[in-house]
Amino acid sequence: MSNSERPNQLFRNLNAKIASVPMILTALVVFVGGTAWTVLYSFTNSKLLPRLNFVGLDQYHRLWSTSRWLISIENLLIYGAISLVFSLVIGFLLAALLDQKIRFEDTFRTIFLYPFALSFIVTGLVWQWLLNPDFGVQRVVRDLGWTSFSFDPLYNSSIVIYGISIAALWQGTGLIMCLMLAGLRGIDEDIWKAARVDGIPAWKTYLFIIIPMMRPVFITTLVIIAAGIVKVYDLVVAQTSGGPGIASEVPAKYVYDYMFFAQNLGQGFAASTMMLLSVVIVIVPWAYLEFGGKKRG
Amino acid sequence: MADIASLSPGAEALRRGAAGPSGPKPRHVLSRRNIFLYGTLIVVALYYLLPLYVMIVTSLKGMPEIRLGNIFSPPMEITFEPWVKAWATACTGLNCDGLSRGFWNSVRITVPSVILSIAIASVNGYALANWRFKGADTFFIILIVGAFIPYQVMIYPIVIILREIGIYGSLTGLVIVHSIFGMPILTLLFRNYFTSMPEELFRAARVDGAGFWGIYLRIMLPMSLPIFVVAIILQVTGIWNDFLFGVVYTRPDTYPMTVQLNNIVNSVQGVKEYNVNMAATILTGLVPLIVYFVSGKLFVRGIAAGAVKG
Repeated sequence: MSNSERPNQLFRNLNAKIASVPMILTALVVFVGGTAWTVLYSFTNSKLLPRLNFVGLDQYHRLWSTSRWLISIENLLIYGAISLVFSLVIGFLLAALLDQKIRFEDTFRTIFLYPFALSFIVTGLVWQWLLNPDFGVQRVVRDLGWTSFSFDPLYNSSIVIYGISIAALWQGTGLIMCLMLAGLRGIDEDIWKAARVDGIPAWKTYLFIIIPMMRPVFITTLVIIAAGIVKVYDLVVAQTSGGPGIASEVPAKYVYDYMFFAQNLGQGFAASTMMLLSVVIVIVPWAYLEFGGKKRG
Repeated sequence: MADIASLSPGAEALRRGAAGPSGPKPRHVLSRRNIFLYGTLIVVALYYLLPLYVMIVTSLKGMPEIRLGNIFSPPMEITFEPWVKAWATACTGLNCDGLSRGFWNSVRITVPSVILSIAIASVNGYALANWRFKGADTFFIILIVGAFIPYQVMIYPIVIILREIGIYGSLTGLVIVHSIFGMPILTLLFRNYFTSMPEELFRAARVDGAGFWGIYLRIMLPMSLPIFVVAIILQVTGIWNDFLFGVVYTRPDTYPMTVQLNNIVNSVQGVKEYNVNMAATILTGLVPLIVYFVSGKLFVRGIAAGAVKG
């Protein structure tokens, strides 16, 4: 290439393009390509190997008439509702308590957040042990004299998903607390002063002034919690392996089991496409509110 | 003697009262508000610490004591045998060399994954911040949106890709997978950091004739060490704690620690040894816990950055 000519458009800024090759490959091949591939093959009757043998919506019909999938969805909804409500409420309350200019704030924050550093497997196994009916909380209370006391959430199929939620909340509320605390610290001190001058009680200030002002923080937190809910997998595997029976199955586990154990790829693809759909339903309105709304002012 | 000593504060107060109050209103340390505040915080803190305590206590007891006793009581006779067994001789399937195998696998997965993912993402973030080319932002948006796609959707296509290249089941394959899925958040982290650096710095270096890599290595890299530390914390804990990718993309002899731990504890054969299980659980949690307690505020910054993706 001679220097007098204007360099080819493709070679301008060449190093930056080379540096971006991994990103471009990931974005196009894995994220767009992989997703499109899975969605496409969810319309086929692939069993052991992926084959382009289209059967329309058969896999979806089968999916929605499988009791295991229906239980998974029901569990996800219960687990999701509990995680969402309790982690927001507890996270906010803890953050509000820590925001009272207390001593040892760092110590408390470190204690509330440490479970978040642990893996879901570790969390799940600890709580499996604590909730073990023969040795854990139930046994301890019974030994104290209350012999009819019963608390065995992981072995009772009607409440097992609540037992899993206990562990999830223990692990996750610290993060929410941190986000909320950052949000509270972002509120101007003058707001508090003005509220105090007007004689508004603290709880009213929180409820009617501070929380509405923290709307962006709440929305971000909501999206983070929601994204975490759909992914829940390791925790269930560690705590109950989906049991007793199929009482604590979740969609992510359904996908994995059908793809790698049941050798029914089509079902796995259809189930994962449904998971994608649920994320789209959550993310699109959020993105619309967050980014679409701003442009219109 | 004791009587006089106990009386004197009252006398003191009386004298002060007679002279009239002066100075600022004393702040009661034991006000009702403080009792409520610290009481609640301490109770909640105990609840959060309880599982860690039970884990440690259980791992130091012998099995007879566990069967008889209370999970919350401290060990009567401390034994480190469960720890030795968990590390060196606990069985998963046919292998009976304990968690040490998983530990070293996890090290061999985590170290290259952290280096590779941060190297790729930092250069990429730098290119996006300072050397924009046409279309770069489009790919970046796809990348960020992709971070919200459930992994389950992309697991199988990646299995096929890795199988075609011939590295399915190897540690190399898993390292690549971790680098791919770490990319959105890390790229965002670095892009935002580099964008916030003064533009003049970059311009001056260009005027002096420095190129793409020269500016990156000599100016950007040395000036952005804090963000590299945040990225390392984020990746070490994230990759160490991963379970899904480990179970999908490796074979039993290359399983990372989390997968092996789950197999040890949830194996159906044999007598359950709860003390060994808890020792194994602590051992697996130890690396991220150490990272957490050592890094302190930087960890919080890391997760805050990681959390606000998108």
